[in-house]
Amino acid sequence: MDFALSEEQRLLKETVDRLVRDRYGFEVRQAAADSDIGFSRAMWATFAELGLLAVPFPEAVGGLGGGGIDLMVVAEAFGRALAVEPYLATVVLGGALVEHAGSDAQKDDILGKVVAGETLLAFAHGEPDGRYDLAHVATTAVKTPTGWTLAGRKSVVINGDTADTLIVSARVSGAIDAPDGIGLFLVPSDAKGLTVRGNPTIDGGRSAEIVLDGVTIGEDATLGEPDAAYPAIEAAVARGIVALSAEAVGAMEVVCDATLDYLKTRKQFGRTIGSFQALQHRMVDMRTALEQARSMAILAAAKLGADRVERERTMSAAKVTIGQSARLIAEEAIQLHGGIAMTWEFAPAHYAKRLVMIDHLLGDTDHHTDRFIALTDGQAAPAGTF
Amino acid sequence: MDLNYTPEEQAFREEVRQFLKDELPSDISAKVKGGQRLTRDDHIRWQSALTKRGWLGVNWPTEHGGTGWAPVQRHIFEEECAAAGAPRIVAFGVNMVAPVIMKFGSPEQKAHYLPRILDLTDWWCQGYSEPGAGSDLASLKTRATRDGDHYVVNGQKTWTTLGQHANWIFCLVRTDPKAAKPQEGISFLLIDMPTPGITVRPIILLDGEHEVNEVFFDDVRVPVGNRIGEENLGWTYAKYLLTHERTNIAGVGLSKEALRHLKSIARDQRKGGRPLIEDPIFRSRIAQVEIDLMALEMTNLRVLADVQAGGAPGAESSILKIKGTEIRQAITALTRKALGPYALPFQSEALDGGFNGEPIGPDYAAPVTAQYFNMRKLSIFGGSNEIQKNIIAKASLGL
Repeated sequence: MDFALSEEQRLLKETVDRLVRDRYGFEVRQAAADSDIGFSRAMWATFAELGLLAVPFPEAVGGLGGGGIDLMVVAEAFGRALAVEPYLATVVLGGALVEHAGSDAQKDDILGKVVAGETLLAFAHGEPDGRYDLAHVATTAVKTPTGWTLAGRKSVVINGDTADTLIVSARVSGAIDAPDGIGLFLVPSDAKGLTVRGNPTIDGGRSAEIVLDGVTIGEDATLGEPDAAYPAIEAAVARGIVALSAEAVGAMEVVCDATLDYLKTRKQFGRTIGSFQALQHRMVDMRTALEQARSMAILAAAKLGADRVERERTMSAAKVTIGQSARLIAEEAIQLHGGIAMTWEFAPAHYAKRLVMIDHLLGDTDHHTDRFIALTDGQAAPAGTF
Repeated sequence: MDLNYTPEEQAFREEVRQFLKDELPSDISAKVKGGQRLTRDDHIRWQSALTKRGWLGVNWPTEHGGTGWAPVQRHIFEEECAAAGAPRIVAFGVNMVAPVIMKFGSPEQKAHYLPRILDLTDWWCQGYSEPGAGSDLASLKTRATRDGDHYVVNGQKTWTTLGQHANWIFCLVRTDPKAAKPQEGISFLLIDMPTPGITVRPIILLDGEHEVNEVFFDDVRVPVGNRIGEENLGWTYAKYLLTHERTNIAGVGLSKEALRHLKSIARDQRKGGRPLIEDPIFRSRIAQVEIDLMALEMTNLRVLADVQAGGAPGAESSILKIKGTEIRQAITALTRKALGPYALPFQSEALDGGFNGEPIGPDYAAPVTAQYFNMRKLSIFGGSNEIQKNIIAKASLGL
């Protein structure tokens, strides 16, 4: 049992921590979030220069061959910075789909451009009636003599408004919620019949509502077998959960530290409010929740390469813990700061919004509790396993 | 980072399993798994098996006849013991007073007491709490007055767990009532229970069980040589002991076993003609505690790995105590809920080993509700959970 980072991971951590500390202050973040595209292309280029966009990919396509722990290191730092760049959309989810489902030629081409910071991706998967069910795909893909025609609606597609290529899930066959019969299709942002309506999200990011009205694409626009994409989707979402969990831990750290500082400095009734036991115990509850969340973020990262059931069960458990801890810490941070935390200028309020919204991404606590139950065989894990 | 146990640790786990298979008496494990009462002899038989193997001193260094195990090995041992239904090692001698004797005792005290703990000659109990000194332990009033080569002890200790079986008690006593602070003026004494003037009276707990006692001291003469370390520095030694009391404070192995038991009951109980475990509300309650336990296990392993790498367990052990007890209590509460109306019957005689009467309701029902009430103690003893939060606030957060 060894919780230490490897030498390479330590260097990666130094790199991303330094970037966040020196060049990603809250003002920088707010300016990027307030821009039309919701992030900074210059910062994205910096990520590329530092190799951060290469972290999870195989070395054959120019990646760093990093695993879950490497991704955790990067995402945790982004969480501390409350970074708004489309890392989840492009590198984590989009990149994983290409890596898991794509042909060698597609991997070389697309992942090569992702690593270089030359292209942005988004995963157009969620639908208005799908909630968090990964198998729910009503959008259709119909075979034509030269390729495919896609029709349907995709909702709350994270960074869908700036992606150069949308990776669209569409149903080739089967019932609307069947895991079998789902395909992944590469749709360029300027495709005919595609409508992308971008909007801000309440946590400072961007999403898009997308309509595919008879979008035609070529044979070569499929990512993998056109009716067997579900395992790749699940694996990509697992990577997404590792990243979101670590991001949440980074953000929770910042919020806990800020709250603790406030308890030590804010005076009421002639004494620091941190001298009141009622508030001390609530602060302790926040720290305890953070440690439990960190434990599950580490476990999720470590299990990213495990067999499917073990991997998915761990991801669901982690997402439950993260969702609960993040909500507690976000709400308590606002409460303990009092009125100031209700204002737009106040940085921890923006962290709190992100923390609560992370529970609305890639499945919330209820969804993952259900899923954890389905993946648990009715037996507690035997001694010696997690 | 590698969260797998090393091949050496896995081999160690196998060795522990084999030992438990060979040496843990099956009548004793049946009692533990069935929630039945353990006699003094049950404890002695199990601990003798450990002594014979050289494994009673789990936390002891090898120089005193202990295992010398690393923290992760101890965790594996505790997890396997819980899974096999071994009684918990009675901690007061081997895990509580022994570390204090090792650290602060004289060479004579070490040579005398430590071997007698390992070979089970002595059964120790703890004389800390008093009727007026619970969470505020330093306010204790039991007096020890010097009279030549003796202290004369007068006062009362309480919550003395399994004191009815003990022949020695370690006590915090006040030797300087005029000290500037309550923490000063306390000494740490080792007292032979058969000494004249000591009376042990049972306290029956809310589950009807005799687990704890009151101990009265009436002009009890204790040789000065039975004092640990310096006079009036007992609080320092007591605090050291409290850090050892927190070894395995998370109780992950015990909670895992309790969770397995909960699930087996929930599979047997019926709701609407289906197993209770298939009821979505009940199942999600189990899942919640199962997930919390996964997180606690990882937190515990992180702390263990840190200790193994040379770090000192600090306020983290308070986090482990709080979460560990909350989870254990949540499991016992769910187990009680799982029984439905059969949580009510109070069949005390069914908790005796060898009971062959007619069980009221399912044969697993009798101990469940009593254990639920008994486990309320977890968040009170060893420093209540509120005291643990005070410790974290002060020591870790600087509030």
